[in-house]
Amino acid sequence: MTNPAVQTVEAERRERWRARIEESILPPLVALLIAAVVGDILIIIFGQSPGEVFRQLLEGTWGNAYGFGQVIYKATTLTFTGLAVAIGIRAGLFNIGAESQLASGGFLAALVGLWLPAGTPAVIAILLCMVAAGAGGGVVGAIPGALKARFGASEVIVTIMLNFVVLALLNYIVAAHIHVAETLHTPEMHVGSVPRLTAVSALFAGSAANATFLLAIAAAVAVWWYLFRTRPGYELRAVGLQPDAAEYGGVHVGAVWARTMILSGALAGLGGLNYVLGYKHYYEEGFGTGSGFLGIAVALVGRNHPVGVIIAALLFATLSQGGLAVNALVPKQMVDVLTAVVIIAVATSVPEVRRALANARRARGTGNREPETTVNPGPSSQFPVPGSQP
Amino acid sequence: MIAFLIQTLRIAVPYLFAAAGGIVSERAGVIALTLEGFMLTGAFCAALGSYYSGSPWVGIITGVIGGMVAALLHALATIRYRADQVVVGIAMNLLAVGVTRFFLRLAFDSSSNSPRIPGFGVSDVQSGVFSSLANPLVWLGIITMAAVAWLLYRTPFGLRVRAAGEKPEAALSVGVPVKRVRWLAVVVSGACASMAGAYLALDQHQFTDGMTAGRGFIALAAVIFGKWDPKRVTIACVLFAAAETMQIRLQSLQLVPSQFVEMIPYVLTIVALAGVVGRAAQPAALGKAVD
Repeated sequence: MTNPAVQTVEAERRERWRARIEESILPPLVALLIAAVVGDILIIIFGQSPGEVFRQLLEGTWGNAYGFGQVIYKATTLTFTGLAVAIGIRAGLFNIGAESQLASGGFLAALVGLWLPAGTPAVIAILLCMVAAGAGGGVVGAIPGALKARFGASEVIVTIMLNFVVLALLNYIVAAHIHVAETLHTPEMHVGSVPRLTAVSALFAGSAANATFLLAIAAAVAVWWYLFRTRPGYELRAVGLQPDAAEYGGVHVGAVWARTMILSGALAGLGGLNYVLGYKHYYEEGFGTGSGFLGIAVALVGRNHPVGVIIAALLFATLSQGGLAVNALVPKQMVDVLTAVVIIAVATSVPEVRRALANARRARGTGNREPETTVNPGPSSQFPVPGSQP
Repeated sequence: MIAFLIQTLRIAVPYLFAAAGGIVSERAGVIALTLEGFMLTGAFCAALGSYYSGSPWVGIITGVIGGMVAALLHALATIRYRADQVVVGIAMNLLAVGVTRFFLRLAFDSSSNSPRIPGFGVSDVQSGVFSSLANPLVWLGIITMAAVAWLLYRTPFGLRVRAAGEKPEAALSVGVPVKRVRWLAVVVSGACASMAGAYLALDQHQFTDGMTAGRGFIALAAVIFGKWDPKRVTIACVLFAAAETMQIRLQSLQLVPSQFVEMIPYVLTIVALAGVVGRAAQPAALGKAVD
């Protein structure tokens, strides 16, 4: 079995895997390193010791039961918004509307929970709430999707503008029609709440973590299956890589765009369940503020892969909860700065790392192939160019 | 009626500043999602400068410097390192929120607002209506928009800006340093947008956390709704400001819920993008990196 041809193929395959791993892991690592340095500088400016701050940050998150539960809780929402952004980027679309899709999903779920009579079986109630959340987010996602498919309107601008419109609309409905007096939230729903993990195990001591995190994992698996094992998922990725080629190959690009935006919105909408079904049992204005934008960071650092998204969601949830844990030492706003630095650094280092790796490979003499075309962990339009498509 | 016009003008000024910056940046091919962040940075740096020097004029200068530094960072990432403009743009806005909050606590030990700073406007709303005309930034805002129109259409630099945004390859082939032009355009947009922020801080005599409150995005909406043309963008800015003024004045009558008035700029922009009232054609190379 010493067929040289087989050996070459084997070696090539190994080489390709290695390149793939390098390319997907290195940029986030570089970014985290840069963020750590910036974090150190900020901490020193504030007159504290970086070592102490990072120690407390870890202790306040993974170091105790409550902190750990809170990390899980926050990571659940971020997994949904991260998946929403990631699936969009895979199709070459930039969904910046996760913020309002999340809110509208949570809002509809809370409404359904409110409308259902008190005796509705839990399974049915939860299922209906899930459908409502998905539909709430999906409808908001459908608007930019349809406008993009029909008129070529930039989904970036439309989703940004829609964020303001949808949030103002929800604000109006809640404030004018169904809020509890003196508050900004709807009445508590009668049915449809899911158990908190703290009820199941002492491991989560009083934190907001709840069974919705199972749904988040299921969603990640489903997205993986859809993207890499189904025909529509293949079309989606083809459109993300090269819309013209996909069109030529018989894919209806506009339909894929519309479909993907609906899916993306629905995923973000499901994220609203975490707060509404799992935590407070009502819709409150601003419950998910920032989660949509953090989803962009999660998708980027997770390299638009479901597994990466879960890991990145845990990372940013840790940062966000850790910010609270160290607030006595340094302002928790440091975390916002670090998040932004991570995003900028990943976005910047993706092309740079790719170039550096290509150079290194060429220097080793193994890379006489075109690295950009053979190795591609994400769409080559990793960051799609809005408005570049017809 | 005159009071209405003056109040509209007062609300329109930050839109004019920021939208002027947005036009320059987008016409050069760099998406202006960062206006909000530049504004916030400008507002904070203006408050710092004005507080420590006691002069609002110094505040304007420090504000503009702050906005330009932020713009340099944006240009470095998107032009030098060719990172995606949308991603970095959104991150820049997050960065501005984070950095201003962090330093708000560091400088003034507060998580919500700065102490009172020397400024231009009179904070009392009633008498402030007329005295706001004495605010030099109001006039500067109008001049800035006119200057941008002149710059774009009457100077060699403006021609290069438009070339960089429409056909960068063609511009490169005739020797236009597209990257440098874009750098300059982004820095100009940072300077303009930070003036909008400085105006807000100096008009209200303090910096408050997140005080730009989405105005940068309204300015961006005005740029798109005005089809990237200074004249139309000015009309859009005034239109949006007039709607806001109307809403403030008619608040007591409860004719239309305030949330629906808030939506106007955004809905109009979406409608414009969908091409219902004439197709809004963006600069052809908007968002595309150049080598």
